[in-house]
Amino acid sequence: MVELTINNLKVKAEEGMTILEAAKSVGISVPTLCYMKNLFPTGACRMCVVEVTGQRNLLPSCAFPVTEGMVVETNSPRVRRARKTIVELLVENHPQDCLICVRNKNCELQDLAERYAVREHRFAGEKRKHVVDISSPAMERDPAKCILCGRCVRVCNEIQKIGAIDFSGRGFASIVTTPYNKGLNVSDCILCGQCIIACPTAALRERSSTKIVSTALGNKNKFVVAQIAPAVRATLGEEFRMPAGTDVTGKLVSGLRRLGFKKVFDTNFAADLTIIEEANELVQRVVNNQPLPMFTSCCPGWVKFAEMNYPEIIPNLSSCKSPHEMEGAILKSYFAKKMGLDPRDIFVVSIMPCTVKKFESERPELGHDALHDVDSVLTTRELVRFFNMAGIDFSDLPDEEFDNPLGESTGAAAIFGTSGGVMEAAIRTAYYTITGQNLDNVEIDEIRGMEGVKSATLTMGELEVKVAVVNGIGNVRPLIDEINAGTSPYHFIEVMACPGGCINGGGQPIHQNLDNVMKRVRALYEIDKKSVTRRSHDNEAIKTLYKEFLKEPGSHTAHTLLHTHYHDRSGK
Amino acid sequence: MLSWTDQSLKVIPYKLIEGMIVAAYAIGANFGYIYCRAEYPLAISRLTHCIHECEKYGLLGDNILNSKFNFRLKIKKGAGAFVCGEETALIASIEGKRGMPKPRPPFPAVSGLWGKPTVINNVETLSNITSIISKGAEWFASVGTEKSKGTKVFALSGKIVNTGLVEIPMGITLEEVVFNIGGGIPFNKKFKAVQIGGPSGGCLPMSVIKTQVDYESLKDVGAMMGSGGFVVMDEDTCMVDIARFFLNFIQSESCGKCVPCREGTKRMLEIIERVPVAYKEGIDKYDQLQRFKGIIGLKRLADVIRDTSLCGLGQSAPNPVLSGLQYFKDEYEEHLFDRRCRSGVCKELLTFTIDTTLCSGCGLCKRKCGTEAIIGQKGEAHYVLQDKCIKCGMCLETCRFCAINVN
Repeated sequence: MVELTINNLKVKAEEGMTILEAAKSVGISVPTLCYMKNLFPTGACRMCVVEVTGQRNLLPSCAFPVTEGMVVETNSPRVRRARKTIVELLVENHPQDCLICVRNKNCELQDLAERYAVREHRFAGEKRKHVVDISSPAMERDPAKCILCGRCVRVCNEIQKIGAIDFSGRGFASIVTTPYNKGLNVSDCILCGQCIIACPTAALRERSSTKIVSTALGNKNKFVVAQIAPAVRATLGEEFRMPAGTDVTGKLVSGLRRLGFKKVFDTNFAADLTIIEEANELVQRVVNNQPLPMFTSCCPGWVKFAEMNYPEIIPNLSSCKSPHEMEGAILKSYFAKKMGLDPRDIFVVSIMPCTVKKFESERPELGHDALHDVDSVLTTRELVRFFNMAGIDFSDLPDEEFDNPLGESTGAAAIFGTSGGVMEAAIRTAYYTITGQNLDNVEIDEIRGMEGVKSATLTMGELEVKVAVVNGIGNVRPLIDEINAGTSPYHFIEVMACPGGCINGGGQPIHQNLDNVMKRVRALYEIDKKSVTRRSHDNEAIKTLYKEFLKEPGSHTAHTLLHTHYHDRSGK
Repeated sequence: MLSWTDQSLKVIPYKLIEGMIVAAYAIGANFGYIYCRAEYPLAISRLTHCIHECEKYGLLGDNILNSKFNFRLKIKKGAGAFVCGEETALIASIEGKRGMPKPRPPFPAVSGLWGKPTVINNVETLSNITSIISKGAEWFASVGTEKSKGTKVFALSGKIVNTGLVEIPMGITLEEVVFNIGGGIPFNKKFKAVQIGGPSGGCLPMSVIKTQVDYESLKDVGAMMGSGGFVVMDEDTCMVDIARFFLNFIQSESCGKCVPCREGTKRMLEIIERVPVAYKEGIDKYDQLQRFKGIIGLKRLADVIRDTSLCGLGQSAPNPVLSGLQYFKDEYEEHLFDRRCRSGVCKELLTFTIDTTLCSGCGLCKRKCGTEAIIGQKGEAHYVLQDKCIKCGMCLETCRFCAINVN
């Protein structure tokens, strides 16, 4: 322990702590821009500078370790002047179009300009001019709004280990861009959107689908239905000042009905369906000696990653569509028939925590009869804009139930939104498929939590099943290398591109607080715990669906509607 | 890291190699890098040759002179980024990454190249090792001042009679370097300033010419030892123009990582660029205001850049401007208020007129003028139309009768 003085306050701090952490421990907040918890500081933005007695220059508190007897000022006139000047410099090289910006009122640069009372253009001059990169169907990149804090670069390179973007150019001409300044769609980007979550401004943002959905809602000939992903219900409340981890399922349903959606379904229903198909596929693979381990295919970011980087493992990917695509397929076949609707008149909108789902929904193989299974994808953030535009006071909405028959779900489906959830749900059903009995303890703690790779060995009758859960795409490469080397011990591997799973997806409310992610995860596990049925195969609506329509898991109809194939996108 | 002053390497690379071997032996290192700009092919080819020779004679490689000590040297060619002179950026460059500095601590001696403890020094420092080892520390310390020992190599250039590399003992005055060693200013021009320490060094005027050349004294007067650049300027040099020139260099060489250096030096350059601008009818009042406001805020901006930048490049970037404001304030004010450049360098502030008594009306200037700014009948005195004149100076060059006046 070392003792130091911060703003005349005696502070005890652990050795190796930075000044920033020490200040935070006693409630002194220091503004930051480039700082990212748990990553090695880069010291790029200089927002967090503090005055340390005996040091010639101001020091970056995010990078400088505490020493015994250190005397620190975090709010001296010299510090305030430096910080204000830095904010002014950043603002001066920014389009300053806050009024029409997607991040208006949710922008760190805007907050800092307000906090340091920037009231005039003292350094007006040349501004960077860049073209918005709209090459990708899921994301937009607007380098003119970029303040070069480098957080996106670090997320992409150090956490996700994709490396689609990096710094280029020098000095004033510096830019965060893709290789050769080509569009995101031709880069290694998997469109996970983690960079959007990291971006302090609107330099990275989702490709908005609000206009398409709005037009569809206004079209009297369209039967517009919505489906809600498992992870959205535990996060959307944050945008309406509810505490992180508030379950707003009921309000979401009533809110969507008020927006004009004819029916509101639950993607959780299709999550249960996915489990049935996937568990069946796993058993078939084991029995028929087909490629193992089998990978989950719920995460389109992961699928895109595998197609682009490891086409040789495509046979290992489960052929199951992701849940919302399955829901879309069932809606445009079974549901349409049941309701006497023309599938062409049904417009399916998925409310997703994800940006890459936008890309996925446009894949030509995900649909049939020249119709996409899902017509449009809205992220959690876009839905919030819809509610605000409609003047819906979300917190006052009553709780309503999902429409049926595609609204019923089990606890197993609820946990799809968190890392390890798909695996846990699959194990519950696979155990039943293999042994004919139900698992006693449905909670599998080994594969819960925030570690990068989680694994478990389960005994199912005479079979010993080894499973792994990859939490964040950055951790997947070693496991694939194992498979290619023929040493992989696993039978079944779940991969979620975003750290923490969909609950921390690229389309979720923008936050910089990792504790929030944990609270969201707990909310999903809570929904599971409270559920009457916690195993996908116990879902009565699913049983009816198979009885009336699909016949059995893996049937011909199931294959046409619920399964897909992949492409080698490596360019080799 | 090799800079211009280390061109001496072309002559004596063995001194450096030996120094590195001794340093490596002292700290127990087995691998050394010489970081050299690819733009110095002669230095690289000689170094390569010398390293091969040393390897041939067993002075580099495994078990050097049966000492069981192994040491190898590799030349890393840099792509020419100025910022790669900063040690952490240099390390990043050797690792094959973008040459951007990192915050310290951790210092390279703790975690440097490939995350391993690394000693990183200038060529000059390492080259001194051999002499110090063979003649003793006392010998080395006997030269120089109390705090700055030994000698320092400077690259004398600019408006000085003797240009080239000079090695001087620490502690002699600037005056001695300029007027004795350098031989003074050519063409009987007046000395105006000397810029010490490379592009981000400060410009020192006649009033501080008695300053000793050592680390502390130079810092006290607003310059620095830096890379050992020593540029002498005479009365024909404009200090505002010099500040603009060096700022332009610095801001284009900034790596772009930290905000004050990336954005701040660009704004400083813009402010300086607005100073030597001529008054025009109908000029935007807002632009006029910006011109004055910029200068008012210049000191503050410079202070913040110096105070908050990540590495030495940014921290020293405002030096040319700060020392200019300190020692040549009258020149800045002349540019700003009178819109006049006493050295005749800032073209836009010049007025070209024709002395009617000297003009013979030959018409040569009229024909040469690219903008048709000169009018007049053959055989009669000519006249310059100021609103068309772009101050290129072509008329001045062509007139055989010295009839063109420049103010």
